[in-house]
Amino acid sequence: MNLALLLSSSTLVHLSPVDLAIIIFYFALVLGIGLYLKGQANTGEDFFMAGREMTAWVAGLAFLSANLGSLELMGWAGNSYKYGILAAHWYWIGAIPAMLFLALVMMPFYHICKTHSVPGYLKLRYGPGAQAISSISFAFMTVLMSGINMYAMAVVMRVVLGWNITFSILISSITVMIYVALGGLRSAIFNEVLQFFLIWAGALLIPILGLIEAGGWSGLKAKILQNLTEQHVANPGAYTHAWSTLGTFTDNPMGINWVGIVFGLGAVISMGYWTTDFLVVQRVLSAKDLRSAKLAPIIGAAFKMMVPLIVILPGLLGLALLRDPQGQLLRLVPADLAWSPAGQAQGLHGYDEVLPLMLARYCGPGLLGLGITALVAGFMSGMAGNVSAFTTVWTYDIYATLINKNASDETKVRMGRWVTVIGVIISIGTAFLVMQAQSIMDYVQALFSFFIAPLFGTVILGMLWKRTTPAGGWTGLLAGTLSSVGMYVWVKLDPGAVRYVALSMEAQDQAQNMFRALWCCLICVIVTVVVSYLTKPKPESELKDLVYGLTPIPKDDHVSMFHSPVFWGAIVAVAFVILQIIFW
Amino acid sequence: MKSGGSLSIWFFVGLCLGVNGALIFARGIYEAMYPPAEKVVLYALHANIWWGGFLLVVGVIYSLKFSPARERARNAAKQ
Repeated sequence: MNLALLLSSSTLVHLSPVDLAIIIFYFALVLGIGLYLKGQANTGEDFFMAGREMTAWVAGLAFLSANLGSLELMGWAGNSYKYGILAAHWYWIGAIPAMLFLALVMMPFYHICKTHSVPGYLKLRYGPGAQAISSISFAFMTVLMSGINMYAMAVVMRVVLGWNITFSILISSITVMIYVALGGLRSAIFNEVLQFFLIWAGALLIPILGLIEAGGWSGLKAKILQNLTEQHVANPGAYTHAWSTLGTFTDNPMGINWVGIVFGLGAVISMGYWTTDFLVVQRVLSAKDLRSAKLAPIIGAAFKMMVPLIVILPGLLGLALLRDPQGQLLRLVPADLAWSPAGQAQGLHGYDEVLPLMLARYCGPGLLGLGITALVAGFMSGMAGNVSAFTTVWTYDIYATLINKNASDETKVRMGRWVTVIGVIISIGTAFLVMQAQSIMDYVQALFSFFIAPLFGTVILGMLWKRTTPAGGWTGLLAGTLSSVGMYVWVKLDPGAVRYVALSMEAQDQAQNMFRALWCCLICVIVTVVVSYLTKPKPESELKDLVYGLTPIPKDDHVSMFHSPVFWGAIVAVAFVILQIIFW
Repeated sequence: MKSGGSLSIWFFVGLCLGVNGALIFARGIYEAMYPPAEKVVLYALHANIWWGGFLLVVGVIYSLKFSPARERARNAAKQ
């Protein structure tokens, strides 16, 4: 395919030869890493668990990077443009407490029971039924999500760079397929760490230069206030305050109150995602020992707290500084409007384009290539995360459990390599399916969310309460999932139902997600407890190494304070509280 | 760190930052000598020179500190 044909004239940014050189170098490097690591992925432990020999730093940065995809970066930059600094909650209360909880409370159980996956833990704790449902739903959803992300990224590449969608999908997915099939999880982790540095190198200039242009944080706040007042936006001061506008649903642009943020996001959605989604947990399971496994999420949390600097701040800078060529305020609009033929004819830009717009504002040739490489790397790294998690769950929890119980280690590795290829092909198929019917994207994303919140209730009760029975865990998970689906369908059929589900007619999509997650997790917990009391528990001998009180957890007494996970967890917690006070 | 044989992940990170830094720095010098017609906002700060230079220095430090020779020596010492 001729490269010139892939670049159209009506794009957001134009790449120079030095930009292309940077992008091509990145592709060559990741393929080289995959080839180099091929020789170190010969056993099941090597291929699926990276040999369980990653240091805390490598596992921690990979843990964070698996979630730091380019859609995440552009999507949350867009959300901060739309909702203001409230979007930072997804990086602070929506991540930090859960990461610390995973590190200090849950990690010992995952690590000591030597499970290969979260469904694997469910099998040990609740039996093969819970494992089968969890693994099949996870595998199915992961590969679909991978395809959806692939398509969404290709659309962005078309809008930003003018790249052909098919070209973007094929070149990036085949690269991911090659390096994951060759090096397994270790290869995915190496590239995630590489991506972490690329993202910071490519994106950190935006807030630095943006704050210089805006006149610092106080200048930025003043400009946002002035611009939003000029546009008659209600309560413009709310865009730069994280907590003080959460007393009521109507005082903030998201239509949410503190209950939804603290309990829906902080206590349920983020706990569910960061502690039970195998995509991220798999990175920590690769740590070489328990102390590293506990430190890894804490290291991830420390950097997660700083991600708003390169994601949320550019969105706010966009609100303050972006102007059209005539010098008028540039108002971004929802993506469907911006990317419609009418929107394109008027030159409109979507919320999600705020990060590329800011990149194009400050970054000339070379820096622009680095920024684009960071976005491409983020996408590929996110896809590699999905594919490697899918491969592990398929091989251990479906193939070796349901199809071929006597599979040898060699067979599992061979299966892993083939499933990587198949997973990528299915993802590509999904991407093209979504291209034909984009409404599928909303449904699959909603479907994915149905499993996460109740799964947290099931896993945490299983870990902390020995009285939880297999029947209780199973019915609780089912009830939580069905109630989540029920609430979603209810609001779809009757939009007025949002006043019951999210407690307010003002609730936007994000607010509805928070409350739906909160209710379905509560339902899961209540059903699990009730059914557990009505059914016979497992004998304690079968719960050893799986449940609190029956698992001997090694103490950190022999390590110095500066090597103690508890110490660093406390430091991160204090920093988290200080940030909330500063941006109150 | 036993996470990649004789080539550490940090070596790849250094290589990546170093090469990108060198390209950006060189382009920055070129632009300073031959200013482009279309300039980015805050062009006068020459971000590509100092940011590219910073990445180049960090990349070189990482590449040397975690070079294959040093990694082999570290692995040999552990055994």
